[in-house]
Amino acid sequence: MYEHDVIVVGAGGAGLRAAIAAHEAGSDVAIVSKLHPVRSHTGAAEGGINAALQEGDDWELHAYDTMKGSDYLGDAPAVETLAQDAPEDTMRLEHWGMPFSREEDGRVSQRPFGGLSYPRTTYAGAETGHHLLHTMYEQVVKRGIQVYDEWYVMELATSDEDEPNDRSCHGVVAYDVQSGNVEGFKANDGVILATGGPGQAFDHTTNAVSCTGDGHAMAYRAGAPLEDMEFIQFHPTSLPSTGVLISEGVRGEGGILYNSEGERFMFEHGYANNSGELASRDVVARAELTEVNEGRGVDDEYVHLDMRHLGEERILDRLENILHLAEDFEGVDGLVEPMPVKPGQHYAMGGIEVDENGQTCVDGLYAAGECACVSVHGGNRLGGNALPELIVFGKRAGRHAAGEDLGEPQIRTGYGDDVEDETETELPVQPGDAGLDTSSGVAADGGVAADAQGIVERKVEQARTRVDTLMDRDDGVQHAEIRQKLQNAMTDYVNVFRTEEGVKKALRIIRECREEYQNVYVDDPSRTFNTDLQQTIETRNLIDVAETIALGALVRDEFRGAHWRKEHQERKDDEWLKHTLISWNDGQPDIFYRPVILEGQDKTYEPKERSY
Amino acid sequence: MSTQQQQPEEPQSQEAPEDPEMRGAESPVDEKEKQGGDIDQQTTPEDELEGETVHIKVFRYDPEVEGKQEPRFDDFHVPFEKGMTVLDAVMYARDTYDSSLTFRHSCRQAVCGSDAFFVNGKQRLGCKTQIADLEQPIRIEPLPHQEVVKDLVVDMDHFYDQMHTVEPYFQDEDTPNPADLEEQRQSPENREKIKMSSRCIWCGACMSSCNIAAGDNDYLGPAAINKAYKFAMDDREGEEIKEHRLRILEQEHGVWRCQTQFSCTEVCPKDIPLTEHIQELKREAVKKNLKFW
Ligand SMILES: Cc1cc2nc3c(=O)[nH]c(=O)nc-3n(C[C@H](O)[C@H](O)[C@H](O)COP(=O)(O)OP(=O)(O)OC[C@H]3O[C@@H](n4cnc5c(N)ncnc54)[C@H](O)[C@@H]3O)c2cc1C
Ligand code: SF4
Ligand code: FES
Repeated sequence: MYEHDVIVVGAGGAGLRAAIAAHEAGSDVAIVSKLHPVRSHTGAAEGGINAALQEGDDWELHAYDTMKGSDYLGDAPAVETLAQDAPEDTMRLEHWGMPFSREEDGRVSQRPFGGLSYPRTTYAGAETGHHLLHTMYEQVVKRGIQVYDEWYVMELATSDEDEPNDRSCHGVVAYDVQSGNVEGFKANDGVILATGGPGQAFDHTTNAVSCTGDGHAMAYRAGAPLEDMEFIQFHPTSLPSTGVLISEGVRGEGGILYNSEGERFMFEHGYANNSGELASRDVVARAELTEVNEGRGVDDEYVHLDMRHLGEERILDRLENILHLAEDFEGVDGLVEPMPVKPGQHYAMGGIEVDENGQTCVDGLYAAGECACVSVHGGNRLGGNALPELIVFGKRAGRHAAGEDLGEPQIRTGYGDDVEDETETELPVQPGDAGLDTSSGVAADGGVAADAQGIVERKVEQARTRVDTLMDRDDGVQHAEIRQKLQNAMTDYVNVFRTEEGVKKALRIIRECREEYQNVYVDDPSRTFNTDLQQTIETRNLIDVAETIALGALVRDEFRGAHWRKEHQERKDDEWLKHTLISWNDGQPDIFYRPVILEGQDKTYEPKERSY
Repeated sequence: MSTQQQQPEEPQSQEAPEDPEMRGAESPVDEKEKQGGDIDQQTTPEDELEGETVHIKVFRYDPEVEGKQEPRFDDFHVPFEKGMTVLDAVMYARDTYDSSLTFRHSCRQAVCGSDAFFVNGKQRLGCKTQIADLEQPIRIEPLPHQEVVKDLVVDMDHFYDQMHTVEPYFQDEDTPNPADLEEQRQSPENREKIKMSSRCIWCGACMSSCNIAAGDNDYLGPAAINKAYKFAMDDREGEEIKEHRLRILEQEHGVWRCQTQFSCTEVCPKDIPLTEHIQELKREAVKKNLKFW
């Protein structure tokens, strides 16, 4: 068994920042990651980091924009912390050597971004995430922080009291991908989940193949509720065959969207008579899908994004990287033909419920980055607000886990006297456990009181049994089949458009996936680098996560932020200024709600119409 | 109708390296295939491929599994789709025909650097290589000169060690305290100077293509030297540290090992002018009058 003070699971922007912070606070910290750090999906971020750096801008404006963008579902203490800390933490990156783009006077450049009242997005070319990730990994190397890379974390080692709020987390169970050995990692002071997004729950996504919501699922099964999972951001311009993102820059520079009939549909079909192609992400995404659904899609699948009229010179000057993307990943030359694009899953606003210090309701269990929900983004994330979230809340979680006092949090977590109970919504199927799987996390096993060491050991045994079971089966269903079915259901029914009927259908299919999963088997008999095994375990996580997304989408009968419901076309502030929380409840998921906090330090954010 | 033939078409003995244990299973380079060479020019027009299947031959090896201990090639025929990449093809083969087919991949967009393979005799990123640009059958092998862990997965530890050797981090100790938010100034020109070098995604293609690295295990290699270049050329760090960096590069297995063969530059998926960077560092070192080997 390995032992450290703090264990960070994941080595993207959030995980690396958390580890550095814990290390600086004097803790013996280690990172356990299924990918080598530089492979993390943070490296794919292009656009930038929002931080109020310049004179004339200030954190209060950033907070205001963020709250408005969230459609008033962000919690003010989280939003204000983000806006206040982002400048310092961005500057820290600069001092660590991050190659930000520069102005003539040598200062870092900032550019305008959608939904921002001031040009406050700092960037490093079109590769901001790449540089952020590499710069932080460099600092991890500098500090000699231990990294267990290509170790796949399977489960948390959490005690199993009845109430999640009484539980505590003492480590994780992971296996070495290279050798297949399952081992325990004991954490004396805390476990920080920084496992990134769950994009692979959808068939078409800008997220990496590794974005499988593992941290979400592990925390959920350990008792920490998942919050606001229904809020998924879809990006309107991703390439059809791979999901690679074509940045908003193309439309910003004047790129035009056409349907198969050559109509400039954003105007001609009246989706956004003022801003046209530059309307907000969700509006454009819905317009594109409507075109396709009404038979005006190209190949019944996508629409065209044309930039040829901008001329070669301008394209080469400002959008050169887009040409490479279209060429390399779609085989299309953007100078001579329009580029095919369609909406793709892009970002999960919801996640593991945490407070401003990154703590979940389970003692010693933290989460940061895209897998967490503080909640900064509420119903809709503004471009450029995810990267600052990684560094601000990664840092806070790292410090807190290492024992630093960050003050009393204002956000509450877990089931408590401030939540609203139960939902009236009728569920089409019983969500949760399908009965047989041995991996339900907090399996009741006699309730023997054990010390931390004992808890980790017990979980290791369970995990070994689980791996053996999966490997020993000779036939059954393969994960790829189940995963595809799940992804299709999510993309067909819990996508940009959501109807009650559709979401219910998705829940039924998810249930089927869960039942089929009881017979899943791993065909590859080798313990060496068994990606078949890894994907099989990931698929289980995707099932749990997808179900919470669909459940949230069903119960929230309003239209807020990225969540659109056909039957409910307005934002219902009287009823829905509250977060959706779903708790695993040992296999019989519970839904409850916690009011959003709109009271900031000095002011209250009054909900206004979100129009731009 | 089966679209897959499990048996290798050719006798295995022709393809397999003599002894996989010796230096790991180094992926074989078939001479015939190599001379058939100019892969990039004899391409198949995309329209002709529409509705067709693509024939790929994938290197297989697993030290643990009977029948795979001797490296072999498996043939897969996957349906072609417009825009299909080498990574798409192996993913399709894995998900549809053989779930034990193993390779690293994640981002699918040339930023994570996981999927550098040896494709038709050249180091390429799977996700960034269009099927339509390749001659068939497409041979997909692990990176040469690295130990094979399984199928297309190679051991990257040595590559990472070399990267770490050059102290790839800002040496500057002072981080701003919250009250003092001033950034260090850097001119746009200096930023531009380090731009290309900062694009490296640690894919290992360059190292694998380098003859010198193949012969001298201690050679820092193009990627690590390029990483050092990025820091050495960044004005924010100051002269003293730059000199320290040049000294690291000056050692026996550093820049002077490079014989300007340009193979690294040719394969780098990020178009980093590696050889140029190495040459420039040599000149810097001479200027600074540092001892060289
Ligand atoms: C294409 C694209 C462009 C974007 N552009 C921007 C932008 O311009 N600005 C912005 O603010 N945001 C942007 N975002 C969003 C932002 O980049 C992400 O939300 C953020 O990078 C996520 O970081 P993370 O650290 O939470 O997770 P990741 O970077 O995804 O890291 C997750 C880590 O967890 C590890 N892990 C996962 N599961 C396990 C497990 N079971 N065991 C062990 N380790 C595990 C992985 O190995 C990885 O190291 C973009 C996102 C995408 C997809
Ligand atoms: S320099 Fe180029 S080829 Fe070498 S590791 Fe970096 S990106 Fe890959
Ligand atoms: S899959 Fe990430 S570089 Fe190819």
